[in-house]
Amino acid sequence: MELQQVFDKMLEILTPFVKDRGALARATKDTHLIDDLKVNSARMVDIIIESEDVFQVEIDDDEADSIETIGDAVRVIMGKMAPALNPS
Amino acid sequence: MKNNGVVITGLGVVSPIGHGVEEFMESLKTGRSGIRFIPELEELNFSCCVAGVPKDFNAVRAQYFSSHESSVMTEATAYAAVAALDAWRDAGLDVPNEDSPVDWDTGAIIGTGIGDMETIAQRIVPMVNGKNVRRMGSRIVEQVMNSGACARVSGLLGLGNQATANSSACSTGAEAVAEAVWRIRAGLAKRMVVGGTEGPSPYTWSGFDAMRVLPKKFNDCPEQASRPMSATASGFVPGAGAGILVLEDEQTAVARGARIYARVSGAYANCGGQRSGGTMTAPNNEGVLRCIAGALQDAGVHPRDVDSISGHLTATFADPIEVQNWSKALGLEPGDFPLINSVKSMTGHCLGAAGAVESIAAALEMYHGFLHPSVNCEDIHPEIAAFEERVVRTYMDYPELQCLAKASFGFGDVNSCLVFTKWNE
Repeated sequence: MELQQVFDKMLEILTPFVKDRGALARATKDTHLIDDLKVNSARMVDIIIESEDVFQVEIDDDEADSIETIGDAVRVIMGKMAPALNPS
Repeated sequence: MKNNGVVITGLGVVSPIGHGVEEFMESLKTGRSGIRFIPELEELNFSCCVAGVPKDFNAVRAQYFSSHESSVMTEATAYAAVAALDAWRDAGLDVPNEDSPVDWDTGAIIGTGIGDMETIAQRIVPMVNGKNVRRMGSRIVEQVMNSGACARVSGLLGLGNQATANSSACSTGAEAVAEAVWRIRAGLAKRMVVGGTEGPSPYTWSGFDAMRVLPKKFNDCPEQASRPMSATASGFVPGAGAGILVLEDEQTAVARGARIYARVSGAYANCGGQRSGGTMTAPNNEGVLRCIAGALQDAGVHPRDVDSISGHLTATFADPIEVQNWSKALGLEPGDFPLINSVKSMTGHCLGAAGAVESIAAALEMYHGFLHPSVNCEDIHPEIAAFEERVVRTYMDYPELQCLAKASFGFGDVNSCLVFTKWNE
């Protein structure tokens, strides 16, 4: 899966957790999940679980804690994906 | 402390006999039962396979909340949230947006009797036993904490006064109203959003079925199953729903020109101490008498001025005892006894929501001047035959209705009683 595909998929995952859809439409890899998108910090757990299901990866707690921006999430997921799914 | 008068200015209800005041009142007036056969209960080998559950609630939810918002809420929380938004608007108040200032003068007391057994049974137990806690997600706590419904409502309305959930079994809903009355009277809040909520779940009802306190002979005629005051009553029909009232300091309500349904003139709550015949599951009659007398004294109402009683009256062996207790507490023989009816004859027993749902019925009766029928008691119980003429069995216009007493009782030998009086400007 290409980086852009993972990024787009992350936006889909984030959609129900973000009330300001405009902020999501303007999102870049540097967009902060809590500060910019106002995601409730308690819901980060649900975003991690959803990401694990969608990308079929397992994200441990330390890795989850390192995710602050959309780019962080994409980086962690890209690093986890099987080579067959991640040609890059 | 100021002794502020407390009035009812808003009503919201999600019940087995309708969502919203209009549908609920129409069902009350026409004696329409909300009891249905529940196939799931039969599949699970329950003896009682009927219940009172709000109909088509998923469609109602979808009108109020996005699918994501809705997915976070348990049934009990969604019932309460819908009813609270309805009650707030019914009170003539605007639902605030998320960036509105906090309303420090308004609080919420929304209780539940049992809590969210469905989440415990369907999510928590399987996931914990499956060693899968890591994937339970973030919503479990807010779904099972007893204050979950109250917390949701206080967030939706931006309430900044006390926000809490009381719990006193089947007395919960009426007790919540009483607690709010005291808070407003004490000058600690100007307005309170109060009531009770209970979700539908076989896991909640199973314990009652096991106790053999639910009717098992009416599975093929559900609408006849809930039979308060009947000789053939054989147990209470489990129910679910939410009733939410907006209670308001009288001066505040009058100053903003609010429509006032009724005054809550008296409130009392106590416990029989599980002595003198009182147990975990049966009342100490002296406690009941003291509770009713306490509410009347609090209201400054003479027993003879009570026009009507909305009983707890669940359709168990306790109904005749309850009627006798009202008679003793009021000091009135059958000939002078107030008119009496039971909302549960149509809704079943909404447990922690019951007292609130029934308080809404009382407020509507006071405001519109009528008494709803108590259905399924054509064959009055022989122990209360002397009171037969006082049992409201058909709808009646009652424009002169001035005072209505409402009681709820619960496991733990707990009692609560409210006295509603006509609002006369």
